[in-house]
Amino acid sequence: MTRKPTYIGKPVERLEDLRFLTGRGQYVDDLRRSGLLHAAILRSSDAHGHIRAIDTAAALAIPGVHAVFTAADLEPQVPRIPVRMEGNPALARFVQPVIAQGKVRYVGEPIALVVASSPAVAEDAVGAIQVDIEALPVVSELEDSRAGGVLLFDEQGTNQAITLTGSRGDVEQAMKSADYVRKERFRVQRVAAMPMETRGILAEWDAASARLKVSGAMKVPFATRGYLARLMDLPEDAIEIVECDVGGGFGVRGEFYPEDFLIPFAARRLNRPVKWIEDRREHLLATNHARAIECELEIGCARDGTIVALRGHGLSDSGAYVRPNAVTAPRNVAQMVAGPYRIPNVRMDVTMTLTNRTPTASYRGPGRFETDFFRERLIDIAAKDLGIDRVELRRRNLLTDKDMPYPLPTVLPYGTSGETDSGDYRVTLDRCLAEFGWAEKTKLRGKLVDGLYHGFGIGCYIEGGATGPRENARLVLETDGTISVYVGSSAIGQGLETICAQIAADALGVPMERIRGVHHGSTSVIREGLGSWASRATVMGGSAIIDAVGKLKQAIRDRAAEQFGCLPAEVDLSADLKTVSAEGRMRTVAELSATGIAAEGTFYNSKRTYSYGTHIAHVTIDAGTGDLRVVEYVSAEDVGRIINPGTLHSQVLGAIVQGLGSATLEQLVYDDEGQLLTGSLAGYLMPAATDFPNIRAITLEMYPSPTNPLGAKGAGEGGIIPVGGVIANAVASALSSLDVQPFELPLTPPRVWRMIQNARERAERKRDRQAASLAARG
Amino acid sequence: MKMTCVVNGKRIEADVEARLTLADFLRHELGLSGTHVGCEHGVCGACTVTLNGSAVRSCLMLAVQADGAEVRTVEGLSDGAALSPLQAAFRKHHALQCGFCTPGMLMTAHALLEVEPDAEEARIREVMSGNLCRCTGYVDIIEAILEARAAYGSARSGGAN
Repeated sequence: MTRKPTYIGKPVERLEDLRFLTGRGQYVDDLRRSGLLHAAILRSSDAHGHIRAIDTAAALAIPGVHAVFTAADLEPQVPRIPVRMEGNPALARFVQPVIAQGKVRYVGEPIALVVASSPAVAEDAVGAIQVDIEALPVVSELEDSRAGGVLLFDEQGTNQAITLTGSRGDVEQAMKSADYVRKERFRVQRVAAMPMETRGILAEWDAASARLKVSGAMKVPFATRGYLARLMDLPEDAIEIVECDVGGGFGVRGEFYPEDFLIPFAARRLNRPVKWIEDRREHLLATNHARAIECELEIGCARDGTIVALRGHGLSDSGAYVRPNAVTAPRNVAQMVAGPYRIPNVRMDVTMTLTNRTPTASYRGPGRFETDFFRERLIDIAAKDLGIDRVELRRRNLLTDKDMPYPLPTVLPYGTSGETDSGDYRVTLDRCLAEFGWAEKTKLRGKLVDGLYHGFGIGCYIEGGATGPRENARLVLETDGTISVYVGSSAIGQGLETICAQIAADALGVPMERIRGVHHGSTSVIREGLGSWASRATVMGGSAIIDAVGKLKQAIRDRAAEQFGCLPAEVDLSADLKTVSAEGRMRTVAELSATGIAAEGTFYNSKRTYSYGTHIAHVTIDAGTGDLRVVEYVSAEDVGRIINPGTLHSQVLGAIVQGLGSATLEQLVYDDEGQLLTGSLAGYLMPAATDFPNIRAITLEMYPSPTNPLGAKGAGEGGIIPVGGVIANAVASALSSLDVQPFELPLTPPRVWRMIQNARERAERKRDRQAASLAARG
Repeated sequence: MKMTCVVNGKRIEADVEARLTLADFLRHELGLSGTHVGCEHGVCGACTVTLNGSAVRSCLMLAVQADGAEVRTVEGLSDGAALSPLQAAFRKHHALQCGFCTPGMLMTAHALLEVEPDAEEARIREVMSGNLCRCTGYVDIIEAILEARAAYGSARSGGAN
């Protein structure tokens, strides 16, 4: 685009909001069909056991119950859900059957599907099914899993699915020659993305044409269609996936879950539309969990604070099965452990380990949140040991514009590699320090004022985005002169329609009012779409739109040339796209075609974008109760180019607050029997409006990405990435007089209080020993 | 069970199952699907509607408990032609992303500002803390409600509404 943009960069009010604010959104449970049946699922209440018998007679006898399906209805070959992007024979051993067959491996695993005339009757029938399960010992801890005394899959002989290794340089040599090394163990707890809308599916089978239509929240509709076709033995073009409004994504949406097979299966078998809406308790048990990793990490530095090496090993808790997107988080831990720093020698191994718990997979900033916590904590500890200011130590090691592009570690066995794109990572560090007023405010560091310890934390990160390999868009110039936009990106609540309309209007040079609509996310609107994940929708979909704009203009010229009997190059297309002229003749574009003129565009991308930033927190800790309060939180991020500062700002703030939830509140707690103890939103604490009132987000456009025509970088996840490390560093800073070092999240009041008590007891014992030795000498 | 109520100004007579929640009644019997169900145990607030002017969780009430009451849902917040000042403030401040919690947020804020048009930020945060949003981090929601106060204040002093 050579013209100065009218819409890009402006906080354009969202098109979506008109329906959302007036109750006219159409989420999956809002869809109504005549003859609709409703499904409910009987889930295992045992974490590990053999299924000896299932008696469905009483359930089937309830009036209104149409069917009860179990594994017996799918045998001999109960379909199993493959890994999505990083398939591997080692992982294929542990993938999930669409319904429990012979054995259950986590509380919440589907055992039977009831279809009835209403959701209430279906739930009544679920309660009437008798299941006899012979309980087996439960693998509830990672250490137990590794020891392998009890196996989830007996025939595999191990609970360890795969080890991913990220490496660059020669870490052994670098560690040997380092002036300073330190090794610590860290742990990030199990949490969940917890979108406000639970999952849901509506499946419709048309027996006459043998076609299936599936509506529901699916951020990767084409991938979902591919799975479904394979598992249901249907051609892909017999399946239509229709996107609805989606109540939040954050990584858990759109993965292929057992229900994504079971509901279409039931609709086909019964030849009736079937709807299933997950309830919140089910959501907590059945939708992917995340994080859940323990790690040992070692840092090697030169005396001047130059970081020369990072080496570590992590055990990640995959839960009971390897889900389609299970690899992303552990892979990112292996690849991104060095984050935004110039650390030439890295080796990080992460072993995916099974336990009798809900499977884990992606959650916003997958692997990055975890590994940022490990690294930023260790950097603070190293700075203290070396007697170097922690900000200076970071600045000395951050990548600069002279380092670009900087290679990322290669991850085996996949061979995943990559490089950073652009930026000077010191820019956001300095901006964040200035915005916060670091030099002045940190004078309070470690001080106890009115019973509250004050502390300050800092942390830096990079966020990968714009994942390829391609995305598609189609533009149609309608006969009334409006333009319809079709794009392969999908909406998960991020304002995609507005963003795409802004980009299309600017690239076409027309007012936004002429964009008739932005259609997305359904397999019927476009030939192929890769969807919305890994902060890719705006950059990839937007760049595809720009490509389509060029092709649409060419298509208009071609059509006019045919009609004028001249060469396309001789056709003049008016700037407002309303008229074409050549050799003194003029026509309106509407006259060129009775059906509109269409063009498709594709954007190919093998390189990812990396936005980067720094966060700072000021916290207080109540010495008596361990209560942690965030007094102030400031972020500074460079995203290359901002499409809509309103939507971006809202996403960054939301991501930071999610991160603060993970850092201080949220945890999925299991007992030794594999029972989830935090099975409701009363037990699983998410941030509320009173928790974190004082947050500021600053977004910069310093270094556009050279990888795409927009210059934009994926930016929806960055806000969450450094928060765990920043808050833990702030806690260490507040409690520096006690030498408290948090190694584990979340930093809840009981955990902080326990750390304070332990530190005081440690100090007391030390005093006693000193007194005793003085007395002995005296 | 037979019941009568007024929903968004319209008189409704219905015969419902005793166990039907008010949320399901509004959504599935009346087709008012703007009221969302996020948790079904009264924590998330997405299902908030007003009952005789007070914010209530429609997932925690039975439909029959609304017998004789006046219910207002998000569909009744504006006249349909234009956004209400509260809705417009939400849009201006980007106080929503996925939109799922939004109807509950609007109804809770509306019920508050009807009674307390001068509510301070801390009071607004306290009242809104009963409604969970996973997208925005609340900052823009509070900004929007603070701005919308003016419309409620003037409506009150002008004797309207």
